[in-house]
Amino acid sequence: MLSFKDFRNGLMVTLWFVFLTFPLLVIKINPIEKSVVWRWHNMLYVACGTFVFYVLSRLYLARKKEQQQKIKTGIVEDKVAWSAKLFSEPKFYIPIAVAGCLFALAFPTLFSTYQVNIMITALMYVVLGLGLNIVVGVAGLLDLGYVAFYAVGAYAYALLNMHFGLGFWTVLPIGGLLGALFGILLGFPVLRLRGDYLAIVTLGFGEIIRLILENWGEFSQGPSGISNIARPGLFGIDLSLEMSINFMYYLTILMVIFTIFVVNRLQDSRIGRAWFALREDEIACQAMGIDKMKTKLTAFALGATWAGMAGVMFAAKTTFVNPASFTFLESAIILCIVVLGGMGSIPGVIVGALVLILLPEYLRAFSDYRMLVFGAILVIMMIFRPQGIISTVRRTYSLKD
Amino acid sequence: MEPILDVKNLTMDFGGIRALDHLSLQIKPGEIVALIGPNGAGKTTFFNCITGIYKPTKGDLLLNPPGKKTKKLNGLKPNKVTEQGLARTFQNIRLFPNMTVLENVMIGRHCRTKSKIFGAIFRDPRTKKEEKEIVEQSLEILKKINLDKMADEYAKNLPYGAQRRLEIARALATEPIVLLLDEPAAGMNPQETQELDELITKIRDEGLAILLIEHDMKLVMNISDHIFVVDYGKKIAEGSPEEIGKNPDVIKAYLGEDI
Repeated sequence: MLSFKDFRNGLMVTLWFVFLTFPLLVIKINPIEKSVVWRWHNMLYVACGTFVFYVLSRLYLARKKEQQQKIKTGIVEDKVAWSAKLFSEPKFYIPIAVAGCLFALAFPTLFSTYQVNIMITALMYVVLGLGLNIVVGVAGLLDLGYVAFYAVGAYAYALLNMHFGLGFWTVLPIGGLLGALFGILLGFPVLRLRGDYLAIVTLGFGEIIRLILENWGEFSQGPSGISNIARPGLFGIDLSLEMSINFMYYLTILMVIFTIFVVNRLQDSRIGRAWFALREDEIACQAMGIDKMKTKLTAFALGATWAGMAGVMFAAKTTFVNPASFTFLESAIILCIVVLGGMGSIPGVIVGALVLILLPEYLRAFSDYRMLVFGAILVIMMIFRPQGIISTVRRTYSLKD
Repeated sequence: MEPILDVKNLTMDFGGIRALDHLSLQIKPGEIVALIGPNGAGKTTFFNCITGIYKPTKGDLLLNPPGKKTKKLNGLKPNKVTEQGLARTFQNIRLFPNMTVLENVMIGRHCRTKSKIFGAIFRDPRTKKEEKEIVEQSLEILKKINLDKMADEYAKNLPYGAQRRLEIARALATEPIVLLLDEPAAGMNPQETQELDELITKIRDEGLAILLIEHDMKLVMNISDHIFVVDYGKKIAEGSPEEIGKNPDVIKAYLGEDI
């Protein structure tokens, strides 16, 4: 299956890696004793690890290629991906959904407050991912400034709460509407752009919002941020810290369910189809009578709505906002969630958000190497599964219903 | 008879290059009109001008829908032109490859339906009814072009000839008055061309006017009622297939000066 050439390339790759990691992993300088420690055993680990990994990846790719060849020549039937099957047949996904719901409901009683807090964050990213999925995954508009709408929502709650004492429940829809408004505001100038150009403009937009928040002191209190934001109330009952975190957790769960419900219905409608068509071919889409402008604007606005609402929840959860929470890195992570999870696929984005947010937390055991492992997982995923963890399947229609 | 689509002195300049030069063309109801000419003569530019992808420099585009007032199509956006009743296919197939065959046709219904965001979220009875109608009508169109068995297949997985036919189906779903086909037979084998021939005639018999760009002369001569010939953006001849076949200017344009 593997040729001599593969092994030779493997050796070359190994040598190169050994060379690259040599200064970092082998040489250790002790500046106090002014001595150099040579850790040759590290070199051996790197060499063995690289070589084994290279050969394994080659083997995997070769097998994949062979399989595809067989499918092409008709020897083997093209299997429906297990993930696609899982989410297209009710007898599979209903038990999974029920188990998931039960687990989610019992989560705060099973785990510590710390874990619940992490879970709240992850679930917020589910909402953010699903929102961005409308823009990037479904309508195909690459938006690198998504975090701007998140910031709009968060600051809307922080400021309205500080100045006018408005509560969480009042601001939640306001945050959503403001998000949508800013989405349209961003949408108008970029209507003619697509691809790389669009990405850069949206990136700039995201930075503008952050810089305004950072520098316009009278408005947003600058980098020091706004603190003492009220937590969401529950009919005026006084909640202990732990209880209010649990309450927040259930709120987030409700929000996630609400998001899934709405996004699913939107995707599966006349508007959703127009978004998909826009992603597939803009010119053909217009020639079929779809108003490009309207379709793009609704995608931007509806995507931003979720970011606005997630922002309000974020401010309510942390009770403190400052511009440092809304850097480009956040946009990049949300984009990763969508791409890694599977563009346009709702279950994919959910799994993607949980993996991307929870993984770094649980990788803390590896402390120093945590981000390295995380990066490696991203790279490996994109090489071996570019379509995402769970790829989309278009729905089919029948005349019976 | 009054022409259904009346193009008057259409001129299109790209910088200093005049791609179309005072081109006039009329299509009467229920007619198959062919637009032919050598490569680079400006045929596809003509299509792009009348469907709103390009904005013509000069000239008028008038549409006379039966029983309605004359509409001017100049300067309308492509989606508005389609709404007015002009639907097109593309020279290089432009389907939505990652959508199913049925969904491709359903997209064509977009401009004739109206459900909005709230309808999509709440699925009120009206939206449900509309969705059901979209599916029914789309399946009907697929049946007509013999693709209903492949309705749930992804468009990219269809064989070439079927993709061409699907493009026509998608255009038909927009309920056009005039159907514009840009080289529908390109790359087809004789049998597929034969099927296409029958399909186009069938569509014409249902009352649509058809404007066709085509290089396959056998097909053009077979089915057209009227032929326009362009070269270097200018109309050099028009007439019935017999007249065109004998026209010395046309032969010169296609075969060169000395013959």
